[in-house]
Amino acid sequence: MTDRQAHITVENLTMAYGDFVLMRDLSYTVYRGDIFIIMGGSGCGKSTMMSILIGLKKPATGRVLYGEVDFWGSPPETRDRIIRRAGVMYQSGALWSSMTLAENVALPLETYKNLTAAEIKEVVELKLALVGLAGFEEFYPSEISGGMQKRAGIARAMALDPEILFFDEPSAGLDPVSARRLDDMILELRDSLGTTMVVVTHELASIFAIGNNSVFLDVSKRTMTATGDPKQLLAESRDPVVHEFLTRGEALPQ
Amino acid sequence: MAAVAEMTVKQASADRLLLALSGSWKLGEALPSTADIQKRLEASGGIEAIAFDTQKLAGWDSGLLTFLQRLRRLCEENRIRIESGGLPEGARQLLALAAAVPEKKDARKPHERQPFLAVVGNETADFFVSTGKLLTFIGEATLAFGRLLRGRASFRRTDLYLIMESCGGQALPIVALISFLVGLILAFMGAIQLLLFGAQIYVADLVGIAMVRLMAAIMTGVVMAGRTGGAFAAQLGTMQVNQEIDALKTLGLSPMEFLVLPRMLALALMMPLLCLYANVMGMLGGLVVGVGVLDIGFVQYYQRTVAAVRLWDLGIGIFSGIVFGVIVALTGCMRGMECGRSASAVGEAATSAVVTAIVGITVSTAVITVICNLLGI
Repeated sequence: MTDRQAHITVENLTMAYGDFVLMRDLSYTVYRGDIFIIMGGSGCGKSTMMSILIGLKKPATGRVLYGEVDFWGSPPETRDRIIRRAGVMYQSGALWSSMTLAENVALPLETYKNLTAAEIKEVVELKLALVGLAGFEEFYPSEISGGMQKRAGIARAMALDPEILFFDEPSAGLDPVSARRLDDMILELRDSLGTTMVVVTHELASIFAIGNNSVFLDVSKRTMTATGDPKQLLAESRDPVVHEFLTRGEALPQ
Repeated sequence: MAAVAEMTVKQASADRLLLALSGSWKLGEALPSTADIQKRLEASGGIEAIAFDTQKLAGWDSGLLTFLQRLRRLCEENRIRIESGGLPEGARQLLALAAAVPEKKDARKPHERQPFLAVVGNETADFFVSTGKLLTFIGEATLAFGRLLRGRASFRRTDLYLIMESCGGQALPIVALISFLVGLILAFMGAIQLLLFGAQIYVADLVGIAMVRLMAAIMTGVVMAGRTGGAFAAQLGTMQVNQEIDALKTLGLSPMEFLVLPRMLALALMMPLLCLYANVMGMLGGLVVGVGVLDIGFVQYYQRTVAAVRLWDLGIGIFSGIVFGVIVALTGCMRGMECGRSASAVGEAATSAVVTAIVGITVSTAVITVICNLLGI
C-alpha cells in the first residue's frame, strides 16, 4: 500500500461558522482511486467538510492540498482550475431546473470543451446512458423521480471526465434497491475510470459496500476519531463511538 | 359517552400518596390539575413516594402523559419517588422513553431580550454590512458587464431571449393598462384646474410632458419591480435553496455572469421599449379625456402634444427607464443570491427585492431630476 499516491491531503483543518467551531484538528489523506467515505452522525459537519473540499466554504484554519497545491492558499483562478477537474453530485441532485437533462449535462461541455453540437450530443447521450437514463434527454428535472435526479446529477458531474468525484449523501432518500444500484454504479465507475471518489454518507450498507478508506467525525468530541478502511475500523477500532456507529449501536465487545 | 376524568388523592400510608385515576384522560377534555397534589404535598409534608391506581381508567392519550410529565417535574423538585407500577403498561413505557435521553440544557434557545442600545448597535452594524454587500454586488455586476463588452462573459443566449420575452412582451398588457389609466388620471386632474382659466387645451402639454419625461418610466419601473424583480429574486432564491447555484460555482461558472448578467441585460434592453409603449398609451389616455370630455379636437390635441414634447424629454424618460431596469434587475438578483436556504427565505427575498427596487427607483428619480434641473434641461 506504500505506492499509493496522495490525491487530497487535509492538514490540521478547523471548520467553524463564525465563533462556533464545528470540528478541529482534522488531518487525513485521500489516495488516488480511493472511494473515500466521510462519515459521522447527523449534524457533525460532513456536508460542511465537503463544501470546504470543493471550494464553497473557507476553512477557519488549516490546509487542503490537491496533490502538492495548497487549495485555499491559492488565488481564485487556481482554485477554479483545480475544481474544474472535479465533479460534484449534490444531495438533491441540484440539477438546473430550467434546463432539460441533456442541457444540464451539456452545459459544462459547452463551457470548457471545443466541441461541435453533434459531438456534445453524443457525449451527453453516453453519460446519461452510463447512469441508466438513456432516452430521458429531453425531460426536465421536475418530470423525473428523486433517484433519477440523483443519477442525472452524477451524469452531469461526470461530464468533463473528472479526476475526482464528490457525492453528498448519494443514497439518502432512495429505496434500498435503488441505493444498492447507485453503490454498484459508483464502484463500476471507479474500477473502469480510476476516478477518486469522495462520498459523504451515513448509510452503513453503502459504507461497507463501497468504501476502502474513510474518516469518522465525532460530533461530541468535535474532531475526527478514526480514519482508514471502514471494514478494518469495524474490526479493530476500540473507540466506543466509532464502534457504536458502525454497528448501529451495539455495545463494544469487552 | 366516556366518563369525566377524575382524580382522588388518598393517603396510602404516612409517606405515600395514592392517586386513583378514573374516567377518560384525553386531550381536549377537562383534566384535573397537579395543583391539588402540590397543595397536598405542601400541607402534609413527609411524603416520599406517589403511586397510582388506574383500574377505573377508561381511556388515555397524550393528555394523561402530559399530566404525568408535569407531575414528574413536580416530584423531582420535591425529591419524591414515582412508583409507576400502577400505570397502564403503554403509558409507563412512553414515560420511560421520554426520560431516556436527558434534556440537553444548552440546546434550548435563549429568550432573553436585548437591551435597547444593543439592538440599535446591531442594526447599525447590520446596515453597514448590508451596504458593503450592496456595493460589492454592484462592483461584481460591473466587472461582469465589462467581460460581456469584451465578449468573454459566458451565459446561454437562449436564457437571455427567454428572459427578454418574459419581461418584455409578456409585460405589455399590464404596462398598457397602468399607463393608459395614469394618462387618463393626469388629464382629469389637470382639466379641473385648467378649465378655471379656459386653458383646457394645455391638458395635452401636461399629459405629454409628464408621461414622456417621468411618469411612463416610473410607472413601468414600479410595475417591473413587482412583476419581474420579485420573480428574479424568487427564481434565484429557489436555485440557492436547491444548491443549483453551488453547482454552477463548482463548475467554475460565475453565477454573476450566468444568472445576473442576462437578467440585467434583458431588463436594460426591454425597459426603454416598454417606456416608449407606455408613453403612447399614456398620451392615448390623455387624448380620450381631451377629446371626449373637454371637447378638444383630435388634430388640435395631437398638434399641441407634438409642439409641447421636446426630444430632450423623451431622452430623459428613456434614460430613466434604462436606469430603473438595471435597478430592478440588480436588486432582484441580489436578494435572490443572498437568499437563505428555506422556503420562507425565498418569500422574504422576493418581498425585499420589490421594496428595495421601489426605493431605488424613487431615489434615482430624485437624483435625475436634480441633475436635469442643474443642467437646465
